[in-house]
Amino acid sequence: MPGFFSKERTTASRRYNRWLIPPAALAVHLCIGQVYAFSVFNDPLTRLIGVSASAPEDWKLSTIGWIYSLAIVFLGLSAAFGGKWLEKVGPRRTMFTAACCFGGGFILSAIGVHFHQIWLLYLGYGVLGGCGLGLGYVSPVSTLIKWFPDRRGMATGMAIMGFGGGAMIGSPLGVTLMKHFASDTGVGVMETFAVMGVVYFISMVIGSLAIRIPPPDWKPEGWTPPTTTKKMVTTRHVHIDEALKTPQFYLLWAILCLNVTAGIGILGQASVMIQEMFKGVITPEAAAGFVGLLSLFNMAGRFVWSSASDFFGRKNTYFLFFALGTFLYSMLPTLSGQGNIVLFIAASAVILSMYGGGFSTIPAYLADIFGTRYVGGIHGRLLTAWATAGVLGPVLVNYIREYQLEHGVAKADAYTTTLYIMAGLLTLGFVCNLLMKEVNERHYMKQDETGEV
Amino acid sequence: MNTETGKNENHAVLLVLFWAYVLIPLGWGVYQTFKKAMTLFV
Repeated sequence: MPGFFSKERTTASRRYNRWLIPPAALAVHLCIGQVYAFSVFNDPLTRLIGVSASAPEDWKLSTIGWIYSLAIVFLGLSAAFGGKWLEKVGPRRTMFTAACCFGGGFILSAIGVHFHQIWLLYLGYGVLGGCGLGLGYVSPVSTLIKWFPDRRGMATGMAIMGFGGGAMIGSPLGVTLMKHFASDTGVGVMETFAVMGVVYFISMVIGSLAIRIPPPDWKPEGWTPPTTTKKMVTTRHVHIDEALKTPQFYLLWAILCLNVTAGIGILGQASVMIQEMFKGVITPEAAAGFVGLLSLFNMAGRFVWSSASDFFGRKNTYFLFFALGTFLYSMLPTLSGQGNIVLFIAASAVILSMYGGGFSTIPAYLADIFGTRYVGGIHGRLLTAWATAGVLGPVLVNYIREYQLEHGVAKADAYTTTLYIMAGLLTLGFVCNLLMKEVNERHYMKQDETGEV
Repeated sequence: MNTETGKNENHAVLLVLFWAYVLIPLGWGVYQTFKKAMTLFV
């Protein structure tokens, strides 16, 4: 008899309601999205011994910063290497493993905080949690695409929107729990890690129990696959290893990397940037509000743009991201110079919505180009572009800004070059998207390899 | 259950509960962020 986690036991009956799949995916993505809110622990982790203020034996912020960096690196690595495993074992086992890694990472980190051993936090949240992030991120995506062949973009948008929304839950939850557990002798981080580890583990396990793969030859009620082949939407499949031999994979890699680099450039520096560009007008509190607004647009963009891509087509949607993004980025210095705060905020919000949209539309783009069979594994490998952009974006912004300041440029104008460079990156992305075409015939799997008749 | 259409009415309650399970915390998080974002306009 097949095991509980086997693909056979995960295959749904023909009566299974496909609308139960998006909440299963959301249950995982809303948890792992917490990684974006890890910074709420930074300050308390520097006061574990001193409690009210940092003691000499306390960890430095630079030491703590490695926890997040490790988590992001292992997110990329586990998505890249775990994607193929996901295709073999199915989504339930992968999601359950992700739950064990992410929840276990929190618990190990709680132990690390208790014994004040930083390496346990590196190993816990960084390595183990990072693996949970990567596996959890890719595991429901291909399943959703298979359940929603008529609305691929909308389906992946729902899950990946959850990743954006996860920080919105994780941040206030972390702060609330730390306040609750804080005392004269402790900052409450250990207890918070323990509670969050258990809560996230349970939530992710519920998601893994609810996930199902559609039965063979299943299709949505009343939907018939298009009889005419749409340009840039294949009905065949490219093997995960073969996809790496196609120029399309690297073009899509570049498209994701450039779009994310440009978005991170503004998101990572949003608070400081708006305060310096509108000096004396924007207070630190208002700047925090600006960051919150960008987060909301980042999350909403993930659902809205990927759903829209079902109608416009993936290639056209990315054309819009790159063309509109280039225009808006180029306009930001002018709007700042004119002191036009309203349009500056509006333009930044649209840019961030397209940053989110770039994340959520890419799996559907991959499915259109390489077919649905191995899309989870191919998506996992493509996520190395995210890890690259995560380093490239902030480095570009910080380095160029510091260079400008050293050369006597006023703080308010120090972002101008950066913003124009971001616009240039998006233009490059436009060219990559322009070069996208269907995969060469020789890369598709033969009918006997796919097992289809 | 309608065997013709394959629709399973028994899933309706589960569907509502499961969606509520994910949308309630998400809604709470969005509300908290929205409150923070509003400080930009006051």
